Amino acid sequence: MADATLSRRGVLAGGAAITALQAPAVFGQAMPTLRCAFWDHWVPTGNGALRQLCGQWGERNRVNVSLDFINTTGNQLQLTAAAQAQSRSGHDIISLAPWDVGSYADQLEPVDDVMGRLIVKYGPANQVAEFLAKHRGGWRAVPATSGTQNKPALCRFDLLEQHAGLDVRAMWPAEDRRGPGADNWTWDTFLRAAEACHRAGVPFGLPMGQFTDAVDWVGALFASYGARVTDERGAPTIRGNGELRQVMDYAVRLARFLPNDVWAWDDASNNRALISGRSALVFNPPSAWAVAKRDAPQVAERCWTIPMPSGPRGRFLAYLPWNSAIWAFGRQKTAAKQLLEFLGERESAEVTTTTSNGYDIPPFATMSDFRVWSAEGPPVGTIYNYPLKAHHQATPSIAFAPAPPELASQMYIQALNTKVIARVAQGGETIEAALGWLEREINNMRRG
Amino acid sequence: MADGGAMAAPRAAAGGTMQRMARRKSTVAFLLTLPLLAVIGGLVAWPAAYAMYLSTLNRRMTAFIGLENFAILLDNETFRGVIWQSCFFAITAVVLKALIGFWLAHMLHHIPTKGQRLWRGMLLVPWVIPPALSTLGWWWMFEPSYSSLNWLLAVFAVPAVPWLGEPWWARVSVIIVNVWYGAPFFMIMYLAALKSVPEQLYEAADIDGATGWQRLRYVTLPMMRNIISITVLFSLIVTFANYDIVRVLTNGGPRDLTHVFASYAFQVGVLSGNIPRGAAVSLFMFPLLAVIAYFVLRGINERTKEIGA
Repeated sequence: MADATLSRRGVLAGGAAITALQAPAVFGQAMPTLRCAFWDHWVPTGNGALRQLCGQWGERNRVNVSLDFINTTGNQLQLTAAAQAQSRSGHDIISLAPWDVGSYADQLEPVDDVMGRLIVKYGPANQVAEFLAKHRGGWRAVPATSGTQNKPALCRFDLLEQHAGLDVRAMWPAEDRRGPGADNWTWDTFLRAAEACHRAGVPFGLPMGQFTDAVDWVGALFASYGARVTDERGAPTIRGNGELRQVMDYAVRLARFLPNDVWAWDDASNNRALISGRSALVFNPPSAWAVAKRDAPQVAERCWTIPMPSGPRGRFLAYLPWNSAIWAFGRQKTAAKQLLEFLGERESAEVTTTTSNGYDIPPFATMSDFRVWSAEGPPVGTIYNYPLKAHHQATPSIAFAPAPPELASQMYIQALNTKVIARVAQGGETIEAALGWLEREINNMRRG
Repeated sequence: MADGGAMAAPRAAAGGTMQRMARRKSTVAFLLTLPLLAVIGGLVAWPAAYAMYLSTLNRRMTAFIGLENFAILLDNETFRGVIWQSCFFAITAVVLKALIGFWLAHMLHHIPTKGQRLWRGMLLVPWVIPPALSTLGWWWMFEPSYSSLNWLLAVFAVPAVPWLGEPWWARVSVIIVNVWYGAPFFMIMYLAALKSVPEQLYEAADIDGATGWQRLRYVTLPMMRNIISITVLFSLIVTFANYDIVRVLTNGGPRDLTHVFASYAFQVGVLSGNIPRGAAVSLFMFPLLAVIAYFVLRGINERTKEIGA
């Protein structure tokens, strides 16, 4: 009936109004503003890439891109996300920590179209990135390059050779091949090396506290033993779990050869241990090496990055991805999608990675060949094996997968994996008692 | 015209009523307090009420679950540990702050006025530095691997102390920082109270042959009772709600053994994405502190009335 009363003039006026609203900004008109909250990069030059890329894109598309770099010191970025989710207002694009995509999934704009196009171009995304950014079968965030990191073993090759008899440069050369001894790079070899270096006064700097470096490497250790604490639905899988007891036993033995204060270490403690020359190995992105290059060049030129050791269930690499999400209440969702797609392109990812001195890891395996990783030094090739490469025969991992995000985020933030080890190694509990505590904690988190 | 006249009369009456209301002192007082009421309503009452509402929701904030979040928390070993630690932290820290503050106030009170100002200023420094910043300084001293305190201990051949790595030392470290930060507040309050005790009372006590302890026990302490109650209550509430010291020094570790309500609420609510349960953690002590506050303030009121009478 309404159609019958609609005049020709009215239709024309309405059409003109809609066209005017949808038209891209042209000269003389105010440009729309796209507001982005990105993670404030550790690497001093890290934000420069996003500034440059967003500036380029904004100029080309006549969109004013407003960038806020919010740091995670004091969890400022997580607080911002929580506040914006509560108030349903804020930025258009926001960087989200790994598990936060699941936590805010219902308030995020689906980005299946963006990811679909990127996957067609570059192949499947990293499986952990996909696990974290997908919710109920749909992409709710675009896995970001900026800030995303692997945590392989960053070694002092001289100390490992001297005290543990391991020539890590020969085992994992700066080439797409495995060297002699690489097949024996297992957690058992690692334990023997840890003992030798501990005896020599340069213990491995492995944090066992409640920060992400600790949770991530312990997560990869658990994965390489096939030790899961829950199933896909979040139900605890602790009772009668042989793999879990095996990895617990291993971790407790390993803890004896670590500095006695690792239970209080934060994400910077392991970096300091390496940079000061007190430690022969840490699990870390190349940021520790980059700082050493500036502050302790004699340490930096003896550093070499190699994959994590393998366990009975294979080799797993600790992986910590950041995600760029679009709030469903954002005002510039179309422009936001276009920008995220642009940032996901290979050329943009390479700029981001190169500007961060190789720190940033793109979410596509086909992008693990950027020149920066073979060119950076000294020594040249030191971070060649930082991105996951085919010859590593490794799988990316994140602690507490495959639990549902709302449970996994709690277990991850509350570092249940390092705490359960600490209860035995530091607190003197039996493994059974500690695992009983772990099961009760998980069941408690599932309630409500 | 008739209509116009009929309209003018009530307007004049209304104007008169408004003028009368404006002239009344209570109305003016109410209007003057409106900004304060708005601030309290917006920044205290509303967030508190909203936190209470949040604590009754499920994790996804889609359903009302009553007091279930509190029941879940009480069923959790880690949270029971947090209750114990918060009480231990708050009570120990407040007692130490009160004792040290009292002792410092006495010392200052007996320094000649000329030098007192300098000492008073220096002793207040910990209290005026933002706690997050000063705690960072303490963290550098306690830092697990490169503690400057341990370096000093090593000079005297004392073994290194795992300040933040061992649970009891970590608890002690958190309390030390809180006492360092909070003792000057007690000191300045007690100093003000000491200065207000009439000198004649001490003279009378001296004539009666009172000892130093008796002067303290029967003159100073009774005269300072109200200020002691107020400062202890205020500090207890603030210390129970302390967040920054634990967050910067230990992040609740090792093994959650230094968490207090605020740091645990932040971890559960904001970082783990369970805002209703985080709200429940932060509200947990509210009823107990409200009851304590009620009795302390009632005691103060009664004593004030006695003095007035």
